[in-house]
Amino acid sequence: MAISLDEVRHVAKLARLDLQESEVMSLQTELNALLGHFSDIQALSLHDLEPILHASNLVNVWSDDFVAPSLRRESALKNAPVSKAGLFLVPMIIED
Amino acid sequence: MITSLTAAEIATKLRTKELSAPEVTQAYLDRIASEDEKYGAFLAIDGERAMAQANEAQKQLDAGTATALTGVPVAIKDNISTEGIETTCASKILKGYIPPYDATVIRKLSEAGAITIGKTNLDEFAMGSSTETSAFKLSRNPWDTSRTPGGSSGGSTVAVAANMAPVSLGSDTGGSIRLPASFCGVVGFKPTYGRCSRFGLVAFASSLDQIGPLAKTVEDAAIISNVITGHCSQDSTSIPDSQISISDLKKGSLKGMKLAFPKEMYGDGTDPAVREATEFALDELRREGVEITEISIPTIPLGVTTYYIIAPAEASSNLGRFDGVRYGPRSEGQGHIDVVAKTRADGFGHEVKARIMIGTYALSAGYYDAFYLRAQQVRAMMTQQFNDAFKEFDLVVSPTAPVVAFPLGAMSQDPMQLKLLDYCTIPANMGGFPAISLQAGFAHGLPVGLQLMGPQMGDEKLLQAAFAVERVFETQRKSPPIP
Amino acid sequence: MANYVCSVGMEVHAELATKSKMFCRCQVAFGGEPNTRTCPVCLGLPGAMPVPNRVAIEMVIKTALALNCKIAMNSIFHRKNYFYPDLPKGYQVSQYGEENPLGYHGYLDIPAAGGGTKRIGIRRVHLEEDTGKLMHLPSGGSGVDYNRAGTPLMEIVTDFPPDIHNGDEAKEYMTQLRQILLYLGVCDGKMEEGSMRCEPNISIRPEGQEELGVKSELKNLNSFRSVQLGIAFEVRRQSAMLDAGEKVLQETRGWNEQKESSFAMRLKEAENDYRYFPCPDLVPMQFTEDYVECLRSNLPELPLAKFMRYQKEFGLNDYDANLLTSDVEWARWFEEAIQKGGEPKAICNWMNSEFAKLINEEGILARQSKITPEHLVQLTNLIADGTISGKIAKKVFMDAYQTGKMPAELVKESGSTQITDDSAVRPIIEAVLAANPDVVEKYKSGQQSVRGFLVGQIMRESQGRANPAVVNKLLEELLQ
Repeated sequence: MAISLDEVRHVAKLARLDLQESEVMSLQTELNALLGHFSDIQALSLHDLEPILHASNLVNVWSDDFVAPSLRRESALKNAPVSKAGLFLVPMIIED
Repeated sequence: MITSLTAAEIATKLRTKELSAPEVTQAYLDRIASEDEKYGAFLAIDGERAMAQANEAQKQLDAGTATALTGVPVAIKDNISTEGIETTCASKILKGYIPPYDATVIRKLSEAGAITIGKTNLDEFAMGSSTETSAFKLSRNPWDTSRTPGGSSGGSTVAVAANMAPVSLGSDTGGSIRLPASFCGVVGFKPTYGRCSRFGLVAFASSLDQIGPLAKTVEDAAIISNVITGHCSQDSTSIPDSQISISDLKKGSLKGMKLAFPKEMYGDGTDPAVREATEFALDELRREGVEITEISIPTIPLGVTTYYIIAPAEASSNLGRFDGVRYGPRSEGQGHIDVVAKTRADGFGHEVKARIMIGTYALSAGYYDAFYLRAQQVRAMMTQQFNDAFKEFDLVVSPTAPVVAFPLGAMSQDPMQLKLLDYCTIPANMGGFPAISLQAGFAHGLPVGLQLMGPQMGDEKLLQAAFAVERVFETQRKSPPIP
Repeated sequence: MANYVCSVGMEVHAELATKSKMFCRCQVAFGGEPNTRTCPVCLGLPGAMPVPNRVAIEMVIKTALALNCKIAMNSIFHRKNYFYPDLPKGYQVSQYGEENPLGYHGYLDIPAAGGGTKRIGIRRVHLEEDTGKLMHLPSGGSGVDYNRAGTPLMEIVTDFPPDIHNGDEAKEYMTQLRQILLYLGVCDGKMEEGSMRCEPNISIRPEGQEELGVKSELKNLNSFRSVQLGIAFEVRRQSAMLDAGEKVLQETRGWNEQKESSFAMRLKEAENDYRYFPCPDLVPMQFTEDYVECLRSNLPELPLAKFMRYQKEFGLNDYDANLLTSDVEWARWFEEAIQKGGEPKAICNWMNSEFAKLINEEGILARQSKITPEHLVQLTNLIADGTISGKIAKKVFMDAYQTGKMPAELVKESGSTQITDDSAVRPIIEAVLAANPDVVEKYKSGQQSVRGFLVGQIMRESQGRANPAVVNKLLEELLQ
């Protein structure tokens, strides 16, 4: 199993990373090296073994429905690179 | 010297008024100011704030309302959210981010009167095993400053090993507390998954991450973990009422203790000198009456591969929020989508990008079953095999790392070699098991860590055993050559 | 020109009427100053973690049960990964899979065009979180408000291939669904505020063709009417294209309410790769049969069942039963009146005529008016026992509506009780006859039609209080 340069570019797009061509190349090499190791588990016969999501055995952890204080708006916006009139601002959204 | 004391010793001296809280905090601030240039443990220090906390702590001490950590400074890995103190995860993408909230562990520490002495360096987003992927600085091993302290909790480990904090908090996703503890000869403890709230820990791989302490002694590790653990209503994976007692810490007996040594823990990459030191340590334990049985856990060699699917997959999703809209710097670009892609490309370092790419690929259409699902199946199998071992044995023992601290830059040529460093530590994250690393010998003049792993919720038994084992190696214990 | 068959798949999103958000305890509300109801969790700040709202989960299970769904006894949340500025975490917590959504494989019966009912298959009912809101700014950029981000959102998706074949059925489906949500109290159903949203997928194919045609997805539908008109428009548009030999494009289209037409928004590319995987911050949900049965047995009576019961139990006709059950508050009001001793038919008549007229004119809800079920029970009882006439009752009702006073009190105040006593009515009649000898003469000479005039005079003299039956009886006697 190997990943092509186009696949690397496609994955970068999914991950929303604007990679330089040199990075695309080096990541292809790294990903392929790792994919080589992934064959370890490809070969196993696992049949219907139930996968686990995480180590805890908890179920049904829920909160009651009550209202707790929110952040003050200044706090919410404090770290925003650009904000105005109580809104987080983003540039024009151009679909590709 | 104040700064060479353990947390327990400091707490005692604070209570007997032999020391004052401001005096202790000042001593650490001074030491950091004079020594950290050499070690690169800290990313941020807020001395004023620390002194204010120390003054508060002193009031408690004077009022007789002090607890075990009142007035004790704690260094915090910089992937743990601290209200009002920059929290960067050692990444450019969070440069300047000042959280409006405290992580649960920080809240618990401050309720206990502990002093936040500073934020420590790490591999960017905790992704690495040498603290070399930090976007901001290198951290250096106090035993030999040309070498890595290990990672990703390198800064927190160095802070303790070089006496810049008596104890610190790290996080452990595949060994990030235990590996640097091994490399720097200190104690590193990862509690059972869910015992310590992750609320406020910037997620790397949510199903594996766990916060834990780095300390000079098992007792200190137990004291701090007692403060930071316990049920948290803001973390759905938090275990209810998990507080355990450390009053019985010293009750552990080596006589008749049954340890299992999985033979697979010596992988292909194990340094023969590490193996020798480990064997020597195991022999010493046998002499103390510990029964050590070699067993086989066949899935151990699959751990690294499994980890390198699960952790990046979760990370690729966890890091989706860094888009330069609500926090962090924003890059220039043509329209929002381009701006986000450039912000992320500029903000994340190479290792983080690589893991996002692996994870995105592993979750993408057509590959999910082959990678992520299979990895979770292997994880289930591995967990089962360890659970079986814990039915027969008290604990599982192994080296913590296959090697000792290596020279800075040495591993960057071979990323896969670096990934193998977590070979012995990954299983504890996979199964959510508690695990601890202790200094148990030397190889090439550098510390070698011994790892003890217990069953889920077996933290108390594990700490008791670790306390007893620590005693065995006490006489040969060394400290790094620090001023 | 060929005949076409239309297929409509319905995707409905309903914001749940919880107090707090899905994964944090920020308040759920409509509107308000932007970014005033956010916290580290719903802003997606680094390190924040979700804790699910138990009530939201229960609301979805209740809805699923009301829609005859199977309940996933083991269910998990997934992450749906994509980037958009209104999505704070880079993923939406949702539910993926065929049998993992809280409810799956159900149906909703809607009234059919030619009478009877038609069964609309429901594929799944799942729980997710809403996004924030984007406001497009004159500068070309956008402002983001995260007040709505994290509001519990229920998605209800119809079966495939679709059972709905035109805009009327789609509207009926929405009407029935909305009623159910309101009956369950899980959503306020305000399409104009976006708390209930609908995105139909519309395709047509020539009659006789098995395979479904290329579909377009319609957005911005903010009323039942626009659902109905929008689908009808799409059918016409697509038919015209096929007739002209053109191909329908797979695209997302917006509905322009003013122009009553749809416009192209964007072409649908290949399915987005959302990289669904189980959310590692959340633990699985597991339900017991007992738990589900308990929710099921506590479900309120649903609109269709209520409609049928009103006809059977109270003898109401189709029209009245439908009016009463089309609004759960209205039906509750009615039932309260019945419970307090009202006679169903009489209560229903007053509600659906006088009362409905007054509140509709004023544009208020029944419970916002001064009339309570007790008022109407008392009024109808006063009529039934002959204390007041129907005519007087209308006046009393009007006064009660304005003042909130009880009908009995109003009747007493104005002395407008009916006079049924012979000895009281007789003198009035005698006086009227004495005052109109010529009319009496005419009557006696066989001109029966003047009798009405005399009755009118008697009623006027009695200020409308004389009991008409008594008047008739005595008049007959005195004219002998």
